[in-house]
Amino acid sequence: MTNTAAIYPENFFSKAGKKTSIYRLFRNRFLTGLCIALSLLTLVPLFSIVVLVIQNGFPLLSANLFTQLPPAPGMDGGGFGNAILGTFMMVGISLVFSLPLGILAAVFVNEYATVTWLASAVRFVAKLLTGIPSIICGVFAFAAVVMTTHKFSALAGGIALAILILPTILLTAEQALLGVPNAFREASFGVGATPFQTIWRIVLPEAMPAIMTGVMLAVARAAGETAPVLFTALFSQNWIHSIMEPTASLSALIYNFSTLPYAHQVQMAWSASLILVALVTISNILAQMFFSPKHQ
Amino acid sequence: MGGNISSAGPSRTVTREYRPRPDFFRMACFLASVLTIVLLTFIFGEILVKAWPAMSKFGLGFISGIQWSPNRGVFGVLPVLIGTATSSFLALLLALPLGLAIAIFLSEDFFQQPVRQVIRFVVELLAAIPSVVYGLWGIFVVIPLVQKYGAVVAAKFGFIPFLAGPAYGNSLLTASLVLALMVLPTITAISRSSLVAVPYTLREGSYALGATRWETILSVIIPTAAPGIVASSILGFGRAMGETMAVAMLIGNSQRLSWSLLSPSNTLSALLANQFAEADGIQVSALMYAAAILVLLTLGVNIAGEAVLRHTQKATAGLR
Repeated sequence: MTNTAAIYPENFFSKAGKKTSIYRLFRNRFLTGLCIALSLLTLVPLFSIVVLVIQNGFPLLSANLFTQLPPAPGMDGGGFGNAILGTFMMVGISLVFSLPLGILAAVFVNEYATVTWLASAVRFVAKLLTGIPSIICGVFAFAAVVMTTHKFSALAGGIALAILILPTILLTAEQALLGVPNAFREASFGVGATPFQTIWRIVLPEAMPAIMTGVMLAVARAAGETAPVLFTALFSQNWIHSIMEPTASLSALIYNFSTLPYAHQVQMAWSASLILVALVTISNILAQMFFSPKHQ
Repeated sequence: MGGNISSAGPSRTVTREYRPRPDFFRMACFLASVLTIVLLTFIFGEILVKAWPAMSKFGLGFISGIQWSPNRGVFGVLPVLIGTATSSFLALLLALPLGLAIAIFLSEDFFQQPVRQVIRFVVELLAAIPSVVYGLWGIFVVIPLVQKYGAVVAAKFGFIPFLAGPAYGNSLLTASLVLALMVLPTITAISRSSLVAVPYTLREGSYALGATRWETILSVIIPTAAPGIVASSILGFGRAMGETMAVAMLIGNSQRLSWSLLSPSNTLSALLANQFAEADGIQVSALMYAAAILVLLTLGVNIAGEAVLRHTQKATAGLR
C-alpha cells in the first residue's frame, strides 16, 4: 500500500473519478433520454397515418363502396367495387404464376441440389430480385406483355406482381424446408420411400405452415403495391369482363383520386386506403398465425 | 439389392429387378429453378432490347443531358439522376440517427421486454403500410407543413442555395421526409441484428473496466457493429432509390435543375411512374433506358450492401 502511494500522486484515482463522474453520469442519463425520445418520435408519424386513415376513411364506409362503380369526376356517390375485385384478381393471377415456380424452385434448391452451382445461382437470382425496385417489375411487364398484346390488361398487372413476390415466396419456402428436421427425411428414406414420396408426403406437409406464412406476406405485399400495376393494368371505370382488358385496383385508385380537385374523390381515396391497409394488415396477421414455432 | 428382399411380405417373393422410374417431380423442380434464372435474364434482356433505340440514338449524352422534353424528342436524365441521389441521401441522413436510436433502444434494456416488443411491432407496421398510403398522407400532412415552414426558412435563409425560395409544398424535401419514414424499418432491423450480434463478453469487459452504459455503447458496441450499420445504410439507400409511388405523389415531377431543397424535383422511378402510361414511340425507349439505369444503380447498391453485410456476419462469427 505504501508503495502505491509513493508511485502515484495523492488522490490519483479519486481525482480522476470525482472530476468526471458528474459529467459522465449526466452524459449517460442524457443519451439514454435522447435515445428514448428519438424512438418515441417515430410513433408520431405512424400514429398520424393510422388516425388520419381511419378518421378520413370511415365516414364513406358503406355497402355501396363494395358494390358500386367509381363516380364520374365531380359526381357524388358511387363506390369502388371493381377496384377491390381487380386487386383480388391480380393478386390471384400473380399467385398462379409465382406459387408453383417459387415453391418448386425452393424444393429443388433445398431437397435435390443443396450444393450444386444451380442451387446457389437460384439463391443469388432470388436475392437480386428482392433488390429490384417494384417499378421495374411493371416496366418489364409493360415491355413483355403490354407491348406485345397492344393493350393494358389484368394479366400484365398480375405478371408484374408475380415477379415482385416470386423472391419472397422462394426464399421463405426455402427457409421453411430448411426448418424440417433431417431426421424426418432419414426416417422416410429408411422405410423405403422414394425422394418424391419423402418430399411430397413428409417434408412439404411439415413445412406447409411456414410456407403459408411466406405466401401471406407475399399477398400483403402484392395487394399494397401500386408501381407494378400503374401502367400495366392501368385503371378502369367499369367491371372486369376478362383478364385481357384494363383493370382497376385499389392502389391505382388511391393514386388517381388523391390528386383530383374534388373533395368527394379524395374522400374515396382515403376510404380505399382504409380498406387497403385493413387487407394488408389481415394478410400480415394471417401470416403470423400460420407460423407456429413447433420445432425448437 | 433392395428389390430381392423376400421377407418384406408374409408370402410374397419379389423377384423383379429394382429399376428407378424417372423422377418427374425432380424434373419439374429443376425446370422451375432454371426458369427463375431465365426470368431474371429475360427481365434484363427485355428492358435492354426495348431501350436499344434510345441507347443508340442518344448514347451517353442521355445521362449528361439536362433537358427532358418528349414533344421535341430531347431526352436527358441528369436532373433526374441528381434528384434520385439527393432525395435518397437526404432520406438516409434523416433516417439513420432515428433508426440507430431505435436499434439501440431495442437492443438495450432501458425498458422491459414487452415495451420493446411494442416499439418493434410499430416499426414493422411502418414497413407494412403501402407506398400509396404514405403518398396520400404526405399530400395532406407533410406538404402543408413544408409549405408553411419552408416559406419561413426560405425568407430567412434564402441566401443559402439549398434553401432558396420560393418554397413549394411538392418538393425534394417533402419526398425525402416521407422516404426517411419508409426506409426506417430497413435500417432499424439490420442495425438491430448487428447490435444484438455483438458478443456479451465485450459488454461485460467494458463494464468491468468501469465504463458507463453509454461509454460502452459508443466505444465498444457501435464500433463492433459498425459494418452492419453501414450495410443497413447502404441497403436503406437502395430502397430509397427504388421507392416509387410516395415520391411520385410528393416530389412535384419537375425535370428542371435546381439547387434548392424546397423546389420540385424528380427521381428515376417517379419519372417512370408518371410517363409510362401515356408514352409512345421513342419516349418509351427513352423511359426503358432510364429504367435500365435505375436497375443498374439499385443492383450495384444492393450488391455492395449485401457484400458488407456478409463480411460483417463472418467477422462477428469469429468473435463469438
